Amino acid sequence: MENVGVSKNYMLIQKIKSAGCFIICLLLAAVCIVPLWIMVCNATHDRFFLSTNPINFIPGGDFATNYYNISQGEMAQFPDFNVWTGYLNSLIIAGCSTVLTVFFSALTSYGLTVYNFKIRDTAYTIILAVMMIPVQVTSTGFVQFMVGTLGLANSYIPLILPAIAAPAVVFYMRQYMKSSFPLDIVEAARIDGCGEFRTFVSIAIPMCKPAIAVQAIFAFVQNWNNYYTQNMIILSNTKRYTMPIMIQNVLGQDKHPDVGAQYAAVALSVIPIVVIYLCLSKFIVGGVALGGVKE
Amino acid sequence: MASTAQSRIKSISYAKYGYMFIAPFFIVYLFFQIWPLINTFILSFKGNGNAASDFVALENYQTLLFGTGDRRAASLHNTFTQSFINTIILWVGNFIPQIFLSLLLAVWFTDSKLHIPGKGAFKVIMYLPNIITAVSVAALFMRFISNSETSAMNVVLHNMGKTAIKFENSAAWSRGIVMFIQTWLWFGNTMIMMMSGILGINPSLFEAANIDGASSGQVLRKITLPLLRPMVVYTLITSMIGGLQMFDIPFLYHTAQGDIKDHLRTVAVFIYEQFRVGNNVHSPQYGIAGAASIMLFIVTAILGIFVFRANRDADEVRKKKERKEMIKAYKKEQKLAKMGGIE
Repeated sequence: MENVGVSKNYMLIQKIKSAGCFIICLLLAAVCIVPLWIMVCNATHDRFFLSTNPINFIPGGDFATNYYNISQGEMAQFPDFNVWTGYLNSLIIAGCSTVLTVFFSALTSYGLTVYNFKIRDTAYTIILAVMMIPVQVTSTGFVQFMVGTLGLANSYIPLILPAIAAPAVVFYMRQYMKSSFPLDIVEAARIDGCGEFRTFVSIAIPMCKPAIAVQAIFAFVQNWNNYYTQNMIILSNTKRYTMPIMIQNVLGQDKHPDVGAQYAAVALSVIPIVVIYLCLSKFIVGGVALGGVKE
Repeated sequence: MASTAQSRIKSISYAKYGYMFIAPFFIVYLFFQIWPLINTFILSFKGNGNAASDFVALENYQTLLFGTGDRRAASLHNTFTQSFINTIILWVGNFIPQIFLSLLLAVWFTDSKLHIPGKGAFKVIMYLPNIITAVSVAALFMRFISNSETSAMNVVLHNMGKTAIKFENSAAWSRGIVMFIQTWLWFGNTMIMMMSGILGINPSLFEAANIDGASSGQVLRKITLPLLRPMVVYTLITSMIGGLQMFDIPFLYHTAQGDIKDHLRTVAVFIYEQFRVGNNVHSPQYGIAGAASIMLFIVTAILGIFVFRANRDADEVRKKKERKEMIKAYKKEQKLAKMGGIE
């Protein structure tokens, strides 16, 4: 039997098309990953080698020298650079913010789905409306209020506490609860004599684990990367510097740049987050479309 | 017995828990977001630097919009106008390649006729740039290509026997680089959004088209793109809002300290400069910054209304409408019944 209406070389054309698409995808993937690979390789060559060979695809053995030169030696790029302090500070801010964001967003969305009260719809509408207000717009008032009025410069409070109110996360969690949290369970818990708050902690939170996990990953990445707010609040205390601010200061050294050391500093700031990403990529890539997290 | 117990459960009001559960969110939001917003608004009517407590009415707005007054006002006006133009140029320049690439890839990845091995790996790799700290990204690209003679590009030029180029000083080069970095950061994210949009289209439409012998170009033009329009519009608007706030890369792309380039200064950078850069740290220009923020806010809010409409529960709105119509029909029936069924 003949394949009516299908041209003879249909399969061949599809194969050629697929190959073409594959090659373009490969090129784009290379564009994404090659800068990072060059960074890793350059971080392991010293500045004398880099001054003649600026682009390397093979790692060298001078990482220790470069690491030493970031904060010490006669050409220290940034004397206060301490990679562990940076990690620790970033971890404190991102970790605390993530816990607060996830817990209170779940609480708020639980309140909005389970209970029926007068201002419920209004409250939800307000949350939707304020979701799009960006930090850049309120930053003037924020800085003047936090640093000027309250004197909270260098404090972590203005960086961590606002995480309690995350409209976008509430929006996402409410959608999730509406679709996959049966209200009968709450009724059943009540009849068994379970308190309202306990119902939330020991029934709702475990049931919403998938949503919470995805949002926690995004909240962590977002707070780890938040340079804008951190740079507004952390003004002078170098002990409180987070990773992004340290990197900024390493590169602020433009008189005697030690390129190797600078590559090493950048690599140190990038590698942890990339490793975490590669471990959790399944959840992250799956969660992007759901959460619609956009800075 | 049962009925009394039931009625007792019914009579307990749980409304107060609802208020308790949502209270922390609103208290914190009020304190850290709404008050700063109102404060920004108040500050925009006040003086700058040492005269911060004076009430100056609309002077800051006049300065920014028309540049009336002294030379400082005129230069601020010019800088501000330029920053708006820069923002638009940089946004358009990164959005067009970004949406083009992400649509193309999303269509390929969801096309059942194409056989592309390793789709999952491609998605992971293309999303990777998006999770890296913007500061590190800016730092990395500045090692590659910048004013500095030690940047990779200039070393390569030197090795070839050519003179170094001051990439940051040229508007075309530096804008092009910032656009490239922004595209590099965001195209993976947009691609995944588009893919979820395409996967949301009813697959039987594609099947029907295949059976009817539509070519892939026809499927794209007649099915995928029209049905994907809401998704594209949503991405367009959210990206516009994000683009208006563009800050990290344009702010950080300069070698010499505090040397922010005129052709890279976006509105967000302009606002930030008023209280956080150079001498302004010690005498913050909150008035000017506030006025610029409020103007940015108005533009953002107009765009935000569109997103808000898209986010509202479409189901809920429809249900409300249906309920209203049912009540109307019921009332009409009652009326009819009263009149003895005769109209």
